[in-house]
Amino acid sequence: MKIKKKIPLIDQANKLGFWGGKFGGNYVPETLKKPIEDLEILFNKLKNDKSFLAERDKYFKNWVGTPTRFIKLENLTNHVGGAQIWSKVVSDANGGAHKIYNATVHCLLAKRSGKKFIIGDTGAGYAGKMLSMAAKKFGLKCKIFMGAKDISRQQPNVKAMKKNGAEVVPVYSGSQTLVDAVSECMRFWVANCDTTAMCVGSTVGPAVFVRICGWSTSQISRELKVQLIDEFSSMPKKLKLYNCVGGGSSSFGFWNEFMDYDKKQCEFIGVEAGGPSKSKKHAAPLTYGSKIGILHGAAQYVNQNSDGQIEETESISAGLDYPGISPLHCFLKDTKRARYTAASDEDALSAYKTVTKFEKLRPSLEPSHAFSVAIKEAKKLSKDTIVVVNSCGDAYKDREILKKRLGKKYV
Amino acid sequence: MSNPISLAFKKAKQENRAALLTYTVAGDSSKKQSLDILNSISKSADILELGVPHNTPVADGSQIQTSSYRAIKNGFKMNDIFKIVKDFKKSNKNKPIILMGYFNMIFQYGENKFLNKCNSSGVNGLIVVDLPWPENKDFAKKCKKKSIYFIQLLSPTTTTKRLKKIIKDSHPMNYFISMLSTTGGKLKVSPNDILKNYTKIKKIDPKKEIVIGFGITEKTIGKLKSADGVVVGSAICKEISKSLEHRQNPVTNVSKLVKKLKSKIL
Repeated sequence: MKIKKKIPLIDQANKLGFWGGKFGGNYVPETLKKPIEDLEILFNKLKNDKSFLAERDKYFKNWVGTPTRFIKLENLTNHVGGAQIWSKVVSDANGGAHKIYNATVHCLLAKRSGKKFIIGDTGAGYAGKMLSMAAKKFGLKCKIFMGAKDISRQQPNVKAMKKNGAEVVPVYSGSQTLVDAVSECMRFWVANCDTTAMCVGSTVGPAVFVRICGWSTSQISRELKVQLIDEFSSMPKKLKLYNCVGGGSSSFGFWNEFMDYDKKQCEFIGVEAGGPSKSKKHAAPLTYGSKIGILHGAAQYVNQNSDGQIEETESISAGLDYPGISPLHCFLKDTKRARYTAASDEDALSAYKTVTKFEKLRPSLEPSHAFSVAIKEAKKLSKDTIVVVNSCGDAYKDREILKKRLGKKYV
Repeated sequence: MSNPISLAFKKAKQENRAALLTYTVAGDSSKKQSLDILNSISKSADILELGVPHNTPVADGSQIQTSSYRAIKNGFKMNDIFKIVKDFKKSNKNKPIILMGYFNMIFQYGENKFLNKCNSSGVNGLIVVDLPWPENKDFAKKCKKKSIYFIQLLSPTTTTKRLKKIIKDSHPMNYFISMLSTTGGKLKVSPNDILKNYTKIKKIDPKKEIVIGFGITEKTIGKLKSADGVVVGSAICKEISKSLEHRQNPVTNVSKLVKKLKSKIL
């Protein structure tokens, strides 16, 4: 298994949609074969179409707001005393997280295909909030599927979705979290694929959804590459990119443009959700060696029992609370291009405290996982090492959890 | 020796009627009860589909989801399904059984081990909801070697070109999904339109048996009786849920329902 150079990773799947011959694919009901094929044809055409790219760039620039900031965390660097710690503040983007890129592109595709409805899944509520924003912007009717447990723990984003005119459909099956929301969303699509476009909220699902999402979030690394060269006048010799990994959309987008660099120069570190330190449950299939299985149309490493039933996950971060992981990350893991580790709920909370103490930055619980590992490792790294953490979400949505776990002064 | 599935269709044709296929979930609500249900409905049904419960089903509506979750909660394990089939076949040697489920369950069990177990317990056919053509080519070939029918699903969204390719590769029985829906949805197209699609598919290769399923109930089954076979699943799962809710015996109630379904297609 090998990564090819000079070909975008999203285009390195084989004819049946498998990366490395075994991750991804299209394990879907027959009814979805045609709509998926239609979407593939449309996307393959438009991703090389100049007018479409111009349209995307226009909305990214004027509506999403590009580029998001790339800043040095001086105080944190001094406090940690090792590598230079920087952050790509993706939460600057309209709506407060990276999910806006994928949502915008899916709405543009839906418009081109003449669809008037769009549906999506959401965990932390960001994917749903952004899809509702984009749907409103582009005049599409929108329905968001969200686990009942997530609805109660991520209220600010639920309110935002409703304000944008989206219908939020609570999902009561299974663990009532993201995994069930994605299942329910796919089921709705099975029954309504003739009139409705589906947006999968991360780099998961049938192959075309993995590709569209990865293509969209790659905006992050396109910007970062320019910003790095602006700042250091050339690519740093020792660069480490830390990102949290749930489904894997922000991390993939954060790394994509740097894929062809040697990992000695540019290392990728993915941080999964380890769950509460006292619990055996987690959302870290790569770190804890979960077996390959099929979830939501794709083969991937996934938490499951020996029978093949998908296991419940547990994490303080709703956005990382997913038993599977993008086929792209499975591929990056097995080719050893990226390194994966996990941070516990407590690690993430403590990192949040540290970051907010020293910096004017409020990373949500998802990137707090990445900060936790970055801070620990930066201590042992040389001063000429550039550590960049993708702060891909804003903590506003987590205020209730933070209040409960850390006290009022941290909200 | 012919596959009992083909014999069941032959028998129904001799009686000038559609074959009745039922779907229940293995282990719903318990292992024993699901065996009792199979034994009891086998008097009226021609072919029995047995669902492999899975907890992230992307094509099942609420009725089958409820049955599946109930079976898993009551301790269903993969080996149970083979035990149920084996026990059933002891007293119903020639009644065909089809397992229907999602590919991850087979993948984790191991394709070859799974097929060997199917063979030794007496499974006659397989429907794998999320293993479409052409991805299923290799697995379908393995099934054929074991004399197990791999049943292809066909949908209203399947293009004519694709239909022809799938049917060319298919085994003697295929399954036409009546409409765009998960299992058990309300029938949103007229039975006439469903039959039109059915006829179109049937013409591609008249020798292949085509059954119609998804959303079929007591009310609509009669209108589809000109097909080779009709499948009722969610309505039966619903009957089990209702019986449990009212503290009645699901075996008796389901048995009555299947008898009634049969009377509508005679």
